Amino acid sequence: MAALLEVGDLHAAYGTTRVLHGISFSLEEGSITALLGANGAGKTTTLRALCGMVDTQGQVSYAGSRIDGKSTEDIVRLGIAHVPDGRGTFVNLSTEENLRLGAYVRKDRKAVEDDFERIYTYFPRLKERRHQQAGTLSGGEQQMLAVSRALMLRPRLLLLDEPSFGLAPLIVREIFGIMRTINQSEKVSILLVEQNAAMALDLADRAYVIETGRVVLSGTSSEIKQDEAVRRSYLGY
Amino acid sequence: MDAFLQQVFAGLATGGIYASVALALVMIYQATHHLNFAQGEMAMFSTYLAWSMINAGFGYWTAFLLTVILSFVLGVIIERVIIRPVENAPVLSVVVVFIGLLVILNSITGWIFSYTIKTFPSPFPTAPLLGNKFVSSHQIGAIGITLVVLLLLFAFFRFTPLGLAMRAAAQNPVSAKLVGIRVGWMLALGWGLAAAIGSVAGMMVAPIVFLDPNMMGGILLYAFAAALVGGVDSPGGAVFGGFLVGVLENVLGAFVIGNELKLAVALVLIIGVLVVKPSGFFGKVHVSRV
Repeated sequence: MAALLEVGDLHAAYGTTRVLHGISFSLEEGSITALLGANGAGKTTTLRALCGMVDTQGQVSYAGSRIDGKSTEDIVRLGIAHVPDGRGTFVNLSTEENLRLGAYVRKDRKAVEDDFERIYTYFPRLKERRHQQAGTLSGGEQQMLAVSRALMLRPRLLLLDEPSFGLAPLIVREIFGIMRTINQSEKVSILLVEQNAAMALDLADRAYVIETGRVVLSGTSSEIKQDEAVRRSYLGY
Repeated sequence: MDAFLQQVFAGLATGGIYASVALALVMIYQATHHLNFAQGEMAMFSTYLAWSMINAGFGYWTAFLLTVILSFVLGVIIERVIIRPVENAPVLSVVVVFIGLLVILNSITGWIFSYTIKTFPSPFPTAPLLGNKFVSSHQIGAIGITLVVLLLLFAFFRFTPLGLAMRAAAQNPVSAKLVGIRVGWMLALGWGLAAAIGSVAGMMVAPIVFLDPNMMGGILLYAFAAALVGGVDSPGGAVFGGFLVGVLENVLGAFVIGNELKLAVALVLIIGVLVVKPSGFFGKVHVSRV
C-alpha cells in the first residue's frame, strides 16, 4: 500500500521556542498509526503542524501532493479531520449544531443528513443530547462529540489528539473500540497521538516514539511493545 | 396619562433604533471583543448615501435597499482593509483605529455634503395611523422595520449554515478553522452585517433628528448604554436594552429631569451597569484563571 501521509524532516516552533527538530514518519492508507511520547515531546505540535496551525519547515505530503504551507481551512477540504487537544467543543452551540459544523465543507446535503443517523448509532448518547448545549456535556460525551464532529467530514485521514485524556477507562475503551470499527468498516486512516501507550499500541498497526521533537523509535506495534526501553518508560512493566 | 403613553411610544420608536445600533455593536464585540466606536458614523455615512440617491431621483425603497447593500459592502471593505491589519494588535491600538475611523468618516461626510442640517424623508404617511393620538406613523413604521430586521437576523443566525458558521467562528476560531470555516471572512461578513443594520437605523432616525454629520453621536451613546444594560455579549440583551433605554430616556426626559439632561440617562446607565453588574441583564459572567 502507498503512504497516504509522508512527513519529512518537519520542524516547528512557537515563536522562538523550537519544538520539532526534524520529524519524519509515514502513514499507510487504511492504517492506524500511533505517535507515542511523554508530555512535551511534540506530539500535539506534530498534529498542529500537519494542519497548518503552527509555522513549520519541512515536507508534508498527503495523497501524493504537498500540503505544508497550506492554510488549515484548505487542508480540511482535502479530507483531513483533526480532533484537537482539549476537544475544541463549540460550548454555546447544541450538540447537533456542533455535528453540523463538522460537515461544513461538504456539498452533499442529503448524505450529511444520513450521516447524523450513522453517528448516532455509534454514539447513542449524543442523540439523547442532541438539543443540549454542548458545553454542558460530560467530558466523555464531549470527546465523543469531538470524534463525531470530525467524522461528519467523512475524512480520509483522522488526526486524534489524546482521545483518552481525562476520561474513565470504560469510556476510553468504548471510544477506542469505535475507532477500530471506523478504521475497518469505513477505511478511514487514523493518526493517533497518545500518552496511554498500552491502549494505543493495542489499537495501532504501527507506532513512532517521539522524544524532544525527534523520532527515536519506529516499528510495528508488536515490535514496539517488545522494546525494552518503551516497556520501562511507557508501559510500566 | 396620554402624555405618558405618547412618551412611551416615542421611546419605543427611538429604542428600536438604539436596539439596532446596539445589536451592530454586539455582533462585532462577540466576534472580536472590541467595541466599534465608529459604528454610529458608519450609519451616518450610509444615511447620506441614501439621501444622495433619493435626491438623484431614486424612489425611497429603491434607495433604502441600495443603501443597505452598499453599506454591507463598505462594512466588508472596512474590515478587510482597515481592521484586518490590526487584528492581533493590542486593544488600545484598535481603539485608536476605531476613533480614527470615526473622525475620518465624520470629516469626509462634512467635506462632501457640508455640515448644514438637512431633512430626510420618512417613507411613512404624515397623518397618524387610524387617527390615534399617541404615536405617529413614522414611529410605528420605525418600530416595525426594526422588528423585521431583528427577525431576519435571528433567522439568519439560527437557521442558515452561514449563520451557524459565523456563530462558530465568533465563539471558537481555532475549532472553526478545523472544520474548514474561513474565519477571516466571517469577521468581514460580521462587519458587513453590522454596517447594514446600522444603515437601517440611520435611515429610520434621520427623519426624527435630521441629517447632519454629528447626528449619530448621541445615538451611539444610547446604543452603548443599551448594549451594556442587556449584556455586551448578548444579542437578545442588546435589543431589550435598546427598547428599555429608549423608553427610560423619553419618560425621564419628559417628566423627571427635563430634555436637556436626557443624554445623562445614557451616561448614568453606562456607569451604573459597569459598577453594579458589569455583565448586564443577559450577559455571561466571565471567569478566568490567572
